[in-house]
Amino acid sequence: MTDDTLIQHRPILFRYALLHLRDADLAEDVVQETLLAALQSDAGFAERSSLRTWLIGILKHKIADQQRRDARETRLFEPDRVGADEDIEEHLFNAEGSWHSPPKVWSHPENALEQEEFWRIYEWCQQNLPARQAEVFMLRELVGLEPEEICKEANLSSTNYWVTLHRARMRLRACLEARWFGKQQTGDK
Amino acid sequence: MRSCREVSELVSKSLDVHLSLRERMAVRLHLMMCRHCSNFKKQMLFLRRAGASYVEYLEKTSRKESVKR
Repeated sequence: MTDDTLIQHRPILFRYALLHLRDADLAEDVVQETLLAALQSDAGFAERSSLRTWLIGILKHKIADQQRRDARETRLFEPDRVGADEDIEEHLFNAEGSWHSPPKVWSHPENALEQEEFWRIYEWCQQNLPARQAEVFMLRELVGLEPEEICKEANLSSTNYWVTLHRARMRLRACLEARWFGKQQTGDK
Repeated sequence: MRSCREVSELVSKSLDVHLSLRERMAVRLHLMMCRHCSNFKKQMLFLRRAGASYVEYLEKTSRKESVKR
């Protein structure tokens, strides 16, 4: 295993650490520690999993150590948060499969990306996803892992992965519409 | 003709994998006739962009906080 092989995984490891520690400097530190640990113990990488899965396993321990040191329990997604992965589609569609409450037009959504207040609402909506949906959404959309890696990481079958990710997107969409884009249209913002 | 519910699932899935030709045609046909699902597709694409922007936002704000400290 060479330095170059490890370095190419750095961006994904950094995003993973940043989302858990919410501090870019600390995230860089734990990624650095992870890569060093990987170099020192590459005998531990038995190729039974992908290299990235193995690195994320090391990174998780480093993040947990860092959180204990700082007593920083400001995790983005609490794994023990209550919330069933219930079927949100039952609330969104009628028996024929048509929308109960159709998606509205979001006017100039790109402008929202420049607004601090929008990100606060985005975070709130993410944090209120059921834990399993939040985990899958984070790993796919924010960290950028491939579906096969997420199935291993979250211990999900391929079918459950797609259903979980779809429900997360549906919930997040509905939440952003209710708390941001819907309010814009009624002139609350 | 597929229902809005089925099309929403296919639109979501198409963000990650290539749909079959039959599925792509079904989605395209449905979107031509359903503005609700057409809005939905635009919103799904926006969510993907927002995810990438959120990570940038988080990094930027945490570095600002770090400088303040």
